[in-house]
Amino acid sequence: MERLRRTMMFVPASNPGMLRDAILYGADSIMFDLEDSISLREKDTSRFLLYQALKTFDYSSTETVVRINSLDAGGVEDIHAMVRAGIDCIRLPKTTCAQDVLDAESVILEAEKKCGREVGSTKMLAAIEDPMGVLNALSIAQSSKRLIGIALGSEDYVTAMKTRRYSDRNSEEIFFARSMIVHAARAAGIAALDTVFSDVNDMETLRKETEFIKQLGFDGKSVINPRQIPVVNKVYTPTEKEISNALDVIHAIEEANRRGSGVIALNGKMIDKPIVERAERILALAKAAGIKIPEN
Amino acid sequence: MKNTVGRDIPQEYAEKYGVFEGQYAKKTSYQRASGKVTPVHPGESKLVGSIREAIEKCGLKDGMTISFHHHFREGDYVLNMVMDEIAKMGIKNLYLAPSSIANVHEPLIEHIKNGVVTGITSSGLRDKVGLAISQGIMKNPVIIRSHGGRARAIETGALHIDVAFLGVPSADEYGNANGSHGNAICGSLGYAKVDAEYADKVVLITDNLVPYPNTPISIPQNLVDYVVKVDAIGDPNGIAKGATRFTSNPKELLIAEIGSKVIVNSPYFKNGFSFQSGSGGSTLAVARFLAEEMRERGIKAGFILGGITSNMVEMLEEGLAEKIIDTQSFDRGAAESLARNENHYEISASFYANPGNKGAAVNNLDVVVLSALEVDTDFNVNVLTGSDGAIRGASGGHCDTAAGAKLSMILTPLVRGRIPTIVEKVNTVITPGEGIDVVVTEIGIAINPRRQDLIDALKDSGIPQFTIEELKEKAYKIAGTPDPIEYEDQVVALVEYRDGSIIDVVRKIKE
Amino acid sequence: MGKYEIKGQGIAGTLESSDIQIIIDQNPGAGIEISLKSDVEKQYGRQIRATIEKTLKKMGITDAKLIVVDKGALDCTIVARTIAAVHRAAGITEKYDWEEIDSWNV
Repeated sequence: MERLRRTMMFVPASNPGMLRDAILYGADSIMFDLEDSISLREKDTSRFLLYQALKTFDYSSTETVVRINSLDAGGVEDIHAMVRAGIDCIRLPKTTCAQDVLDAESVILEAEKKCGREVGSTKMLAAIEDPMGVLNALSIAQSSKRLIGIALGSEDYVTAMKTRRYSDRNSEEIFFARSMIVHAARAAGIAALDTVFSDVNDMETLRKETEFIKQLGFDGKSVINPRQIPVVNKVYTPTEKEISNALDVIHAIEEANRRGSGVIALNGKMIDKPIVERAERILALAKAAGIKIPEN
Repeated sequence: MKNTVGRDIPQEYAEKYGVFEGQYAKKTSYQRASGKVTPVHPGESKLVGSIREAIEKCGLKDGMTISFHHHFREGDYVLNMVMDEIAKMGIKNLYLAPSSIANVHEPLIEHIKNGVVTGITSSGLRDKVGLAISQGIMKNPVIIRSHGGRARAIETGALHIDVAFLGVPSADEYGNANGSHGNAICGSLGYAKVDAEYADKVVLITDNLVPYPNTPISIPQNLVDYVVKVDAIGDPNGIAKGATRFTSNPKELLIAEIGSKVIVNSPYFKNGFSFQSGSGGSTLAVARFLAEEMRERGIKAGFILGGITSNMVEMLEEGLAEKIIDTQSFDRGAAESLARNENHYEISASFYANPGNKGAAVNNLDVVVLSALEVDTDFNVNVLTGSDGAIRGASGGHCDTAAGAKLSMILTPLVRGRIPTIVEKVNTVITPGEGIDVVVTEIGIAINPRRQDLIDALKDSGIPQFTIEELKEKAYKIAGTPDPIEYEDQVVALVEYRDGSIIDVVRKIKE
Repeated sequence: MGKYEIKGQGIAGTLESSDIQIIIDQNPGAGIEISLKSDVEKQYGRQIRATIEKTLKKMGITDAKLIVVDKGALDCTIVARTIAAVHRAAGITEKYDWEEIDSWNV
């Protein structure tokens, strides 16, 4: 089963208390940040701190992601440290083209070989944060087998677009970027992750925005505060009706398989592959939300 | 001599007070104590010109016992004002019996050093005074009493108060007083009520003298000897300090959310249930989460007891609770509600929690949500001594409510900074483990094995359950096993359980 | 002389809760000297000193003077801050030897 990525929580690598507590809040992925939230003079200390944290704390089955600096600004050092520390996934900042991914990948490969880690086991995530990246979204998404997803970073993007965020006006300024990214991700068969919502006290707008990106097809959203996690996860939690419909679909397939019947129908309607996929995804989301799914 | 929570109580104190034998072990009948009364005849005035004059008229002498209340918390001016005057008058060797002592009472350290104060009983001692006591500046040990325990000691006569100096936000010149009208309002005068009833001399100190008769009457004229008007009795900002800030700390919120789930999944969460919760961090936030659940499920509380904060007042006004019973108001919102809402009712500390009277309000409590500095694997709780071994907290109503409530919960993170809160043995036992039912942390809960019914009830709640030993192991794994704190032999404080027996002692810390 | 030579003062860490600030400087021929101020001195002071000393030993440092202010840091933070302070004091700002750093985990 494909991993769920409803919530990816930002954690600055410079904060010892947050590194320890990051696991508590039920995020599907934890994204440790070595880049923008870390001042230039604390890049080295934060890297050492995160390294020790990854070696010490049990992040259990939660996916660990690190946002590295660009390769010419400490990113190479970041990759060597993090690959050795056993990080699940390296998130590239400000990806503008496929070559950015390939450049980072070659450093990751070198680091894996150096520390004896299985080649290819370090996954990658590309953050797209400017107009060039948005226009190149498809080629970026298809650039490496290591890529598990692409993510929109909207702050730099809206600035480059000579606009700003209008969360109160349906965020139409990033509608095109979101559409590009979700299309590119789907075409490449990887995850699409939405940008952060920065007002940690406005849960209502966060909920609306999450409903909207779910409607577009995004897998989930980056969050900057643990309190945002339950709000986003709740949007991605299927309703009782969705769950029971999904169960009906799965049961119908099992029933058909038992009978050796090729044609599967439910309530007079044909069940085809997309319906089955949707049903499986709904059940996975329900399970992740802690809903007990009855067997049979 | 070892008591039933395994604490070694030195022989002299064990003999004098008896040792703790179980939370309901004592059920002793007693003759109620009473204060001395000097009648006031027609035409005589109770109004005196200064604190000094009041002290003189009361006949305060070396060796007497004086009391104060702590309703003004960190905003209190009264205790320092009166103690300074007493010190200037050259009176020595006093026994100080306030309901509690706050950080603002730091000048006490000098009064102790100068021999003005040579004995103390209090609910607690905060940072600097607590540290000084723990460093052994006073020869006689402080007696730590819970709110209910203090009321019991006063009513049985174990604690006799010669003069009570009671700051009141409003009073008339014949001594009728309340706490909900005036400049520095503190709401309920629950602690002061007991002192007023049992002290030989009662002095009211107010900054708000109003025409006779001052109503509502919390402290009535027939108990009052003198009234003094001063410029200010307290700082309104200090009264609510720290207590009612709604936390935005995600870990505290997480603990509160789990705490609320425990209540919701317990057998007590039904129409008419009652609860009490603390005033800071997670415990305050529990009430918020609980209110959401109550709204969603259409459940109403019969009463809220406490320790009252604005958010409980909001629950009363929203109709989520029928009544509030208030022995201490933690913020202005609570104090103002007491003044205007007849369903918000003021009670004395004895009514609230005294284990010796004919039935205290804590006995009617379903759920109490408490905090802790430490909990040990026997579920014993420390709310008094900090990680350096020094006294810094207060007993408060902790053991009173834990003994009374049907479901007593402790909310605490596994570790604070590097200090594990779930430990092998607490530094000081305030509340015995037999009174604690559930410990709630950010990773899940531990239920006291005595409560198999709760273990079963919460089995399918989705809340991770651990044994208390498992929680301790997890805390030690994060922080490392702490080295034991080293103490010297000198006993600096005796911790009375609410029934008057000695549950633990605090010794001088080794420097 | 080992790979990490204390050439001047190195500082790492902050005074935030759960962190530790370590200032390390030369101490020629005088061994390791640690002046520690900690919120948790009584229960963890011994262990904090031991963790720092162990880390310095693994880095081959025999002489250093340290001024340490601890705010309740866990061991992994103490190790990370010590390593960072030494790198800074040694003037190393790139091409870290992660293989070796990996071997110092305590």
